Amino acid sequence: MSLFSIFDIAGSGMSAQSLRLNTTASNLANADSVSSSVNESYRARQPIFQAVLDSFDNDFKQGSVKVHGITESQAPIRQEYNPTHPMADDNGYIYHANVDPIAEMANMMSASRSYQNNVEIANTSKQLLLQTLRLGE
Amino acid sequence: MAINFDAALGIHAEALRVRSQRAEMLATNLANADTPNFKARDIDFQAALKAANADQQSGKLERTHQQHFQVNANSVDNPAIQYRTVIQDSLDGNTVDEQVEQAQFMQNAVHYQATLEFLGGKFQSLTKALRGE
Repeated sequence: MSLFSIFDIAGSGMSAQSLRLNTTASNLANADSVSSSVNESYRARQPIFQAVLDSFDNDFKQGSVKVHGITESQAPIRQEYNPTHPMADDNGYIYHANVDPIAEMANMMSASRSYQNNVEIANTSKQLLLQTLRLGE
Repeated sequence: MAINFDAALGIHAEALRVRSQRAEMLATNLANADTPNFKARDIDFQAALKAANADQQSGKLERTHQQHFQVNANSVDNPAIQYRTVIQDSLDGNTVDEQVEQAQFMQNAVHYQATLEFLGGKFQSLTKALRGE
């Protein structure tokens, strides 16, 4: 019964979107963190999604989603001259995280909307299945 | 025998199956709403139902081994499955429009319920016939 596999599909969508929410939370939490060198400074993270096509034997190919990997933003690291800062390097520079808070907020909205969509789908499917169980009464 | 279940239920049993498959495909589209290069697909209900009906009448060929060729009308390269036409292009090559998919899913769910109602009615009349009241 293919309505049952919707739970797997919507569930995979929810877990992917919640991972995206997680990285966004991590990015926003580290938006103001500083470090003593370019290599050490925090870089914004972003998950990459990938469609999973399985059950080639089935009548229809169906696909859930999985997280292919997490990339780090290559945006330039901002450095600031602040010799009194305890984290400053030998030349008196500190290095900021390359997180764009506005982009992260937009990301967060998008992730939560997609999450809601998946919940809605699972909910509707559940109702349809329950009605199917009561068929003929 | 005049009364048999397949004849009594008519097209509705097949319709229910196609509806649930379509629901699955739309759920796939929505789960992959943020997947780069994912192309949204949908089932042409009319074509799928016609194919299912043709199967029923001509007698389906079953695959009993993994290496058998797929000759069913419901194979992977089913003409009823088509890619969605994009309204607006996106940078990452994804063609899922969440609004369209959501609307289609809801419509499909309502149609599913309608088919369920029809089937329920059929079952009721069958029970009535059996009781002979």
